[in-house]
Amino acid sequence: MKNFTYFRPTTAEQAVALLENRWGNTELLAGGTDLHDLQKEYVAQPSRVVSVTGIGALAGIRVDEKQATIGAGTKLAAIAEHADLRRHFPSLCEAASDIGGPQIRNMGTLGGNLCQRNRCWYFRDEHTPCLLKGGQRCYALDGENKYHAIFTQGRQCVIVNPSTLAPALIALGAGVNILGPKGRRSTDLAKFFFSPANANDREHTLAANEMVLEVTIPVRNWANASYEVRQKLSYDWPLVQAAVAFQGGRNGAKATGVRIVLGHVAPTPHIAEAAMKALEGRDITDANATAAGRAAAEGAKPLSQNAYKIRLVEVAVKRALLMAAGMKRYWEM
Amino acid sequence: MTKKLHIEAKINGKDTEFLCEPRQSLLEVLRDVLQLTGAKEGCNNGNCGACNVLLDGRLVNSCLVMAPEIAGRSVATIEGLASPQALHPVQKAFLENAALQCGICTPGFILASKALLDQNPHPTEHQVRHWLAGNLCRCTGYDKIVRAVLDAAKT
Repeated sequence: MKNFTYFRPTTAEQAVALLENRWGNTELLAGGTDLHDLQKEYVAQPSRVVSVTGIGALAGIRVDEKQATIGAGTKLAAIAEHADLRRHFPSLCEAASDIGGPQIRNMGTLGGNLCQRNRCWYFRDEHTPCLLKGGQRCYALDGENKYHAIFTQGRQCVIVNPSTLAPALIALGAGVNILGPKGRRSTDLAKFFFSPANANDREHTLAANEMVLEVTIPVRNWANASYEVRQKLSYDWPLVQAAVAFQGGRNGAKATGVRIVLGHVAPTPHIAEAAMKALEGRDITDANATAAGRAAAEGAKPLSQNAYKIRLVEVAVKRALLMAAGMKRYWEM
Repeated sequence: MTKKLHIEAKINGKDTEFLCEPRQSLLEVLRDVLQLTGAKEGCNNGNCGACNVLLDGRLVNSCLVMAPEIAGRSVATIEGLASPQALHPVQKAFLENAALQCGICTPGFILASKALLDQNPHPTEHQVRHWLAGNLCRCTGYDKIVRAVLDAAKT
């Protein structure tokens, strides 16, 4: 690993002042599970690393009647274990508790999970000059693309966003508070992610001199769930994830405000508009959940090796909806 | 040449000082600077758990912790778990169940198992397997390891 100068500020303002307005030379360090891996592979070669672990105010979870606020430095294990979060947002806590193993959850943070780099093997290979490393082409388009995007229209780079917290949080209507040199700004988490196409882009819309402070989630007693289709039950990324949230939908009530967000199918978390419309104002039944799953997969344009993900989207959406509605998990029996 | 940093931390209960480069991992410092070679280097990228230590009581991969990050914190390695005269119940259970072959993964598995039992003293077999997913044994002696952890939970 290339050596670097290490900074450990104690406030977020000091941290932001140490950042630069271009990516690459200075990197933020939180849990380190992604950054140090990238450094060891010489994919990231910062000459300055700004650790945020000395900023005490960055970690913590507050839940009141109106909203939950989770600091960007909060460990994934703390999110998974938090009783109030689990009561309101089982989708988020289930997603957090399925990340990596206990070691990774004790190290990784909320902010790091949202800002982590993608897992494309061409991107992660030091010697492959893909688009995101200043090269001229995406090697996954006609290469090994089993785990890549299926919603590929208009995309030059066909990575999938690796965050499993993001789909759950977006379905729950979360917002994100960001600090930059000009002060704080807020945005919907749905607008936070970005489809990168070159070395100056990241998987999100943060400027290089900004950092995530916290994520807020409205508390509104909506049913919610996240379902991941996996090859392995743990220590791996899912093949496809569906996160859902809606009002009602239980005990004969119709589902309204339906939100369905897919993970691991596109370069950003994918909001399944057609599926949301298909279910709006309806009962959560086996048939309606199946129809919503089919609608969620509409418009997919898979690559040479990943058409199998279309069927997984249908299944994941259906199962997430049935789980959120508190119905029997027939696939576990 | 980047200047070395002076770091103070508690290692296995003892106040400890060392010098390190920013890029050195906690694993490198434990093994090469402090001569605590119980934590092993396997994959060196957070997949295998051979380097597991407890940082402020929580299980982490020391290969992914930069050494300067432990300033003012406490680290427990396999060397500090027990004395040879009075082994930890997890260590005893590993011996009794012959839950090791080549032994490279054993320190990581033992610390991961201790962390599990500290948090959940009576895990089910499924919970043990799920928790130990971050630890690889390339001799593939997983059944004996899982049995040892379940045995340790009974003591």
